[in-house]
Amino acid sequence: MKRIQIKIISLIVLTLFIMPGLCLADYEYIDINNPFLRKIPIAIPIFANLPDSETKDSVLKKASDLLSETLEFTCYFKMLDRGAFLIDPDNPPLITPKINFNNWVSIGAELLITGGLALKNDRLEVELRLFDTFKAKRLVGKRYEGPADNLRQMIRRFCSEIIYHLTGSRGIFNSKIAFISTGSGNKEIYICDFDGFNLKQFTNNKKINLFPAWSSDVKWIAYTSYLNGKPDIYIKNIKKKEGYVIAKKGINIAPAWVPGKFELAATLSYSGDQEIYLLTGTGKIIKGLTSKYGSDVSPSWSPDGKKMAFVSNRSGTPQIYIKDINSGQVERLTFNGQYNTQPSWSPRGDRIAYCSIQKGQSNIFAIDIKSQDPVQLTYDTGNNEAPSYSPDGSLIAFSSTREGPSRIYVMTAYGTDQRRLLSLRGEQTNPKWSTNVKWD
Amino acid sequence: MRKKLWISLALLFVIPGLLFTVSCAQKEITETEEAVVTETKEEPTEAKVEEEKPVAEDDRGILAARNMFLNEDIYFEFDKSSLDSVAQDVLTRKADWMRDNPDVAVSIEGHCDERGTNEYNLALGDRRAESAKAFLVDLGIEAYRISTVSYGEERPVDAGHNEEAWAKNRRGHFLIP
Repeated sequence: MKRIQIKIISLIVLTLFIMPGLCLADYEYIDINNPFLRKIPIAIPIFANLPDSETKDSVLKKASDLLSETLEFTCYFKMLDRGAFLIDPDNPPLITPKINFNNWVSIGAELLITGGLALKNDRLEVELRLFDTFKAKRLVGKRYEGPADNLRQMIRRFCSEIIYHLTGSRGIFNSKIAFISTGSGNKEIYICDFDGFNLKQFTNNKKINLFPAWSSDVKWIAYTSYLNGKPDIYIKNIKKKEGYVIAKKGINIAPAWVPGKFELAATLSYSGDQEIYLLTGTGKIIKGLTSKYGSDVSPSWSPDGKKMAFVSNRSGTPQIYIKDINSGQVERLTFNGQYNTQPSWSPRGDRIAYCSIQKGQSNIFAIDIKSQDPVQLTYDTGNNEAPSYSPDGSLIAFSSTREGPSRIYVMTAYGTDQRRLLSLRGEQTNPKWSTNVKWD
Repeated sequence: MRKKLWISLALLFVIPGLLFTVSCAQKEITETEEAVVTETKEEPTEAKVEEEKPVAEDDRGILAARNMFLNEDIYFEFDKSSLDSVAQDVLTRKADWMRDNPDVAVSIEGHCDERGTNEYNLALGDRRAESAKAFLVDLGIEAYRISTVSYGEERPVDAGHNEEAWAKNRRGHFLIP
């Protein structure tokens, strides 16, 4: 109880600090600064056939379920049970004059999505509309057309429109997650879509592979591999297979791309001390970013690329520090506990998530950079490590041993709605969420 | 008198006969001697084998020293790369061995227990291997003969999740590449 109280108080405190940002947003549907305490009730009836279309019921249901699941992933919404809907399921009205909004208001729906679908000769047409039931008003309307197997992409695009309308951010629907899995017997890097779909193995060298990092344009992944018997950094173009290597004496680990640039920070120890350097995307050193004696690891950039969070044991225990790149000034951020590592800077800029080990257990915390007030996000659920923010800052991917072997989980940035992302052989660790790429 | 003559005559005949038989026997003996000679020809090889035995015992000693060098790990405290007196004793013996084997180059692996996070532990493993190397260099071993590689928490020797396993896993391990 006490923990929950502290958590709620901390959330309120955090919200107060973020309040000024609230005035900038003129959206009233989702308070992006504390959106998960009250989820918006939304109704998504099964899609209807567009005129002259005889798509099977199973396809219509599958498409509407996919929309429902994709939206639910954001944790902004409460999906209303279709059994309670007061409409004729065989003839659902799709457009404004025909919809009786009172039917939706009376079951508690604040938002409504209607969908129409036509599947003809492997060509797919989908019409999707978002309504505000209280105002009896259409908020978003889109029509998609393409090959039949593009349904998932059409649904994701529409979800992106909805979230953009409600929060002002494009969301997560065209982002990916890279992570490590031991399923093959070795630590290899895998990539999947934000929701765990479309899983692909990225490395296959039967050596230890660690710390995948996405470039801002999601075209490059840098990672550490023992391909040559020691930890070196490999910088690989995902599509073209070209690449570069950073293989200096000692360790070459934990790369982090500078936002919007073909540059990265990484820890190299060729000098005899583990220091963070700024490097070109081709692996050439631009300059040193740290120079204090002791280990400096795990760089994570602020969204504007002007500051870098990192871990250092310069004070005797591993703690998180922030370096201002222009002024060169370094400030310590974490003071609670003896072991604070793995910083992940929120793409919203205001907070840093990290892993703190207290009483032998690792947990995810998030700390407000200005107030330096940490909030614990995971409790009593095995070891929780390696937080990585979603590109809109609304969610955090992390690894947890709460069910035995380590798996990838996702929760909201406030610690609510914790769920497993994937169920794979072996153990999964070190998730890294990419930026959200613009649709083609 | 006649008796004496008879004896003398008998001797006259018997002795050469005896001599004859003796010569015959001698022939047989030389044959066997030849056989002996062939046997003695093998003797030097047997002696060689015997000479090799003490060498093998030396080898065993060398091998034991080498195995000790390879198998004796040094151990660290949690989140520390400093060398305690036990580790320093082990490293002093390793320096002796490296001095006795001046042509050998070695590699030191730095390892951590599973606690803590991968990135930091990779750096910690690097510090551990480097601190062992620095100690050997201080004892006069040439730095170019010693390479280091950190495995962080990636290669535990004991998969357990308890202090006993962790203590075994926080180690510096030596290899001859």
